[in-house]
Amino acid sequence: MNNTYIPQFTEEEMKTVNLHISKYPKPMAAVMPLLWMIQEKYGWISLEAMKYVGDILNLPHDHVLGVATFYTMYFKKPYGKNHLQVCTNVSCMLRGGYEIFNHISGKLGIKNKEVTGDGLFSIEEVECLGSCATAPMLQLNNKEFYENLTIDNVDQLIDSLKNSK
Amino acid sequence: MEKIILKDIPDLDKIDVYISNGGYSGLKKCLDGMTPDQVIEEVKKSGLRGRGGAAFPTGMKWGFMPKGNEKTKYLCCNGDESEPGSFKDREIFERNPHQFIEGALIAAYAMGVAAIYVYIRGEYWKWVNIVERCVAEAYEKGFIGKNIMGSSFSTEMFVHKGAGAYICGEESSLMNSLEGKRAYPRIKPPFPAAVGVWGNPTTINNIETLANVPEIINKGGEWYSKIGEPKQPGTLLFGVSGHVNKPGVYELPSGTPLMTIINDYCGGVRGGKDIKMIIPGGSSMPPLTKEESLTMKMDAESLKAVGSAIGTAGIIVMDEDTDIVDVLRRITKFYYHESCGQCTPCREGCGWMLKVLQRIMDGYGRQNDLDLLISVAENIEGNTICALGDAAAWPVKWTVRKFRKEFEAKIRPDVQVPVMNKVHGLRNSDEYMRVKNETNPLVESLQGKVQENANDPETERFSS
Repeated sequence: MNNTYIPQFTEEEMKTVNLHISKYPKPMAAVMPLLWMIQEKYGWISLEAMKYVGDILNLPHDHVLGVATFYTMYFKKPYGKNHLQVCTNVSCMLRGGYEIFNHISGKLGIKNKEVTGDGLFSIEEVECLGSCATAPMLQLNNKEFYENLTIDNVDQLIDSLKNSK
Repeated sequence: MEKIILKDIPDLDKIDVYISNGGYSGLKKCLDGMTPDQVIEEVKKSGLRGRGGAAFPTGMKWGFMPKGNEKTKYLCCNGDESEPGSFKDREIFERNPHQFIEGALIAAYAMGVAAIYVYIRGEYWKWVNIVERCVAEAYEKGFIGKNIMGSSFSTEMFVHKGAGAYICGEESSLMNSLEGKRAYPRIKPPFPAAVGVWGNPTTINNIETLANVPEIINKGGEWYSKIGEPKQPGTLLFGVSGHVNKPGVYELPSGTPLMTIINDYCGGVRGGKDIKMIIPGGSSMPPLTKEESLTMKMDAESLKAVGSAIGTAGIIVMDEDTDIVDVLRRITKFYYHESCGQCTPCREGCGWMLKVLQRIMDGYGRQNDLDLLISVAENIEGNTICALGDAAAWPVKWTVRKFRKEFEAKIRPDVQVPVMNKVHGLRNSDEYMRVKNETNPLVESLQGKVQENANDPETERFSS
């Protein structure tokens, strides 16, 4: 994950940007898809990137800042290469969500929203991800769900992530 | 029992499989031979009620939309589903996405909608991709776009991905989020049917609600109204989680007894244990005790009769070993985290309820804490723009009332804790007595302030 970067969309990406803008009657609505694009590309959303998005959509910079900070899935700081988002909400908690969170936290030696020294892992306690029947669960990098977790298969997951680099 | 939404047909998410099983015939029926008013009448006749939590009659909601085309009209499909314990829309996206797309198109035809926005929570990355693929397939077949199936009706459909905010499930904040703003709920009135997204007439429907519509058109409103409980007909997607052997989503007629769901479908409570508490409709709904659960029928009216609600039909089962106080602390932490911060009672109240519950968990609970919790909850309830305030207040108020013994067991009568609060706590605390005896300008001024506050009638009112 880049700790610093100069936000810039390529020509190809600008086509996607325009596609997003064309979906809505007003360009302001494209701010969320554009922030997603930034995060996909650079891993997190810096202040410069927010200004950049604001300039594309002709919005005040602080409006973009307001949106980016309102939604929890936009990362306002760089996390590890593998960002583990463990649910500890009621349904997961009843089936051991906190045990999974504490186990990973202890194993990697990091607390909530911290990154390991090698930059490989970070962990976050998140709210319900709609996977209550297959609890406990975690989400990796805002994408895949890993469900029905046990201490054993969490260990396996972390090992395989370590080896895949 | 025949299933309406989660049919046991493999690969139903592929458009060809869906069409060969009678898919998009409801849309065709509407476009070929029904006027928009007839469609709304049919849905009204079916008695379909919204599945997003409020159980509002769907046909009536559609009827609120203005007729004519002076203003562009929009339909938002609410797939933000973030209520803890609720995971039914995800199942629809995965197993039968075209049925909800068809339902949305029928709704669009009935209301003369120019564009449909499907709002899906950002965490559902996998299911956003599925729905985007399905929408593209439907565009290819000519079911969305200009002159659908050769008729004069045209509409567009777009998928909008959220970014992690529970509040977006509230319809007016969903509209703000869609517009590219922070998702603050709006004051009603004006209602969305008059002034909605981008100031235009808008209807917001839950994904499950829309997924019911194609079958209502195909088989008739009368057929639908005879399924389950007459006051809330149809099937419900019950998402069961917690301490049961087989958690999952079960499609069953409304009014199915709660114990039938738990024992016959979910294989009973894990480890053969006893039930302590059940949350019937997602974490914001008032919980049920074991005694209430035994005879409870799962539909809007039956649950309303005992002061709870069907919500999103997300059932969370807790066995006899569960720490109710800890569960309530976790639920309150969720609402504290998700409060958008717009209204003071919710923003501040959730934080205080969490602090008090944490204090009880830590063993520093005070005798009057339980009344304090109920008092804070009641001051949030009804005093906020949207229902998130109520959603945070109800579980606290009702769990404390129904399970008071659990809470009292955690409170030791002899514990006197210094509470550093200028208005009440400081006067009687040891901490205050200690600093009082030292000479210090800060302490002097603080002391004066306490005296001043003590003489204030407002302080009397707020002292507990």
